[in-house]
Amino acid sequence: MSSTLSLLPPLLAGLAVTLKITAGAAIVALVLSFAAGLARLSPRMWISFSALVYIDIFRGTSALVQLFWAYFALPLFGVRLDAMTVGILVLGLNIGAYGAEVTRGAIQSIPKGQWEAATALNFTASQAMRRIIMPQALVAMLPPFGNLLIELLKSTALVSLITLSELTFQGQVLRSATMRSAEILALTLILYFITAQLLVLFVRIAERRLTHNLDQGGIQ
Amino acid sequence: MIFDWRFALQILPELMRALLVTVQATLAGFAIALVLGMAWALLRRSKSVTFSRTVFWFVEFIRSTPLLVQVYFMFFALPEYGLKLSPLATGVAALGLHYSAYLSEVFRAGIEAVPRGQWEAARALNMSRYRTWTRVILPQAIPPVTPVLGNYLIAMFKDTPMLAAITVMELLQSAKLIGAQTFRYMEPLTLVGLLFLLVSLMSSFIIRRLENKFNTV
Repeated sequence: MSSTLSLLPPLLAGLAVTLKITAGAAIVALVLSFAAGLARLSPRMWISFSALVYIDIFRGTSALVQLFWAYFALPLFGVRLDAMTVGILVLGLNIGAYGAEVTRGAIQSIPKGQWEAATALNFTASQAMRRIIMPQALVAMLPPFGNLLIELLKSTALVSLITLSELTFQGQVLRSATMRSAEILALTLILYFITAQLLVLFVRIAERRLTHNLDQGGIQ
Repeated sequence: MIFDWRFALQILPELMRALLVTVQATLAGFAIALVLGMAWALLRRSKSVTFSRTVFWFVEFIRSTPLLVQVYFMFFALPEYGLKLSPLATGVAALGLHYSAYLSEVFRAGIEAVPRGQWEAARALNMSRYRTWTRVILPQAIPPVTPVLGNYLIAMFKDTPMLAAITVMELLQSAKLIGAQTFRYMEPLTLVGLLFLLVSLMSSFIIRRLENKFNTV
């Protein structure tokens, strides 16, 4: 048992890197979700079309292929990024493409009457979006965003294949050093599981906060 | 560096062969996921609370841990217990197990969407439990969720490159190999991306049509 515990420090060091990548990519993904989601709803064809191209490319290909392409093929164009930057950017772009569909769907799910009421009250379009539509759409976005956050955490395991020493990578290093595969990999899985459960908890608290503020607004 | 079209054309047949492996692995994995997913969904309905809780947490565990680590676990840890499979079989089993966790939720939603009256009617007609499931409940539970199942099939297809990590000769692995032999990564990796894009976009087009079909019914 004590020897199993001695495996923990290097794995926890890897977990710290995993969390750093998750946090970085989550910020990139969040920004892109809103940018591309709103762009999809733009009346200007070229804006909504470029958002569609971004979304389809990143949702239509494999995250691992995207990572490999950015890490091995992109330098041949003269763009050389370190593994950490590639990991954060590519995973952020990937999850952001899924998030954009969530944002778009949530905004579209708000009844048209809300827009009309805002117009009737002399709100400008941006005021209506910020004060009326967005607060309601955010409530609908949170649960799917929570799911995407877990997907993101899981997909950080892929960056071990472009040499980033996060949790999975550390597990593999330990494994080849000690050959205690079952123990190490089980421990790795458990660490991911605990992290995921904590993230779920965190999202649920955020959800409660957000819906609480809306209670007086008369929505459900 | 300029994209060399002649070289790209030259390696295309090899990549197409790898695409075939990828598709086969996806379909085999999906078959496993369907069977296991349905099993989890039914087992979760067990009357024993402890049992159904255990199934719930097992499924939750599989769903919230990375597929790549699960693939490693099956490839490196299971042989320690005497279960040794080929890389491809391991990969297919891992894909199937991982996606069964997602599919069980889909099946559960489908089953719960069948109105209560259907159960009551089946009982009133003196149907056995087995007959109720196979003739009344499942035929109504599954068709509405097929588009969702299709989306998971595409998601699984996009996860097959992970099998490259355990040396399965799928698309990414074969692109890596070509890259290592010729020192040209640009063309194979770009082609792999394009092939994925092509297959995914075509399949999601088909699924969207399926969706429309079920919406109109």
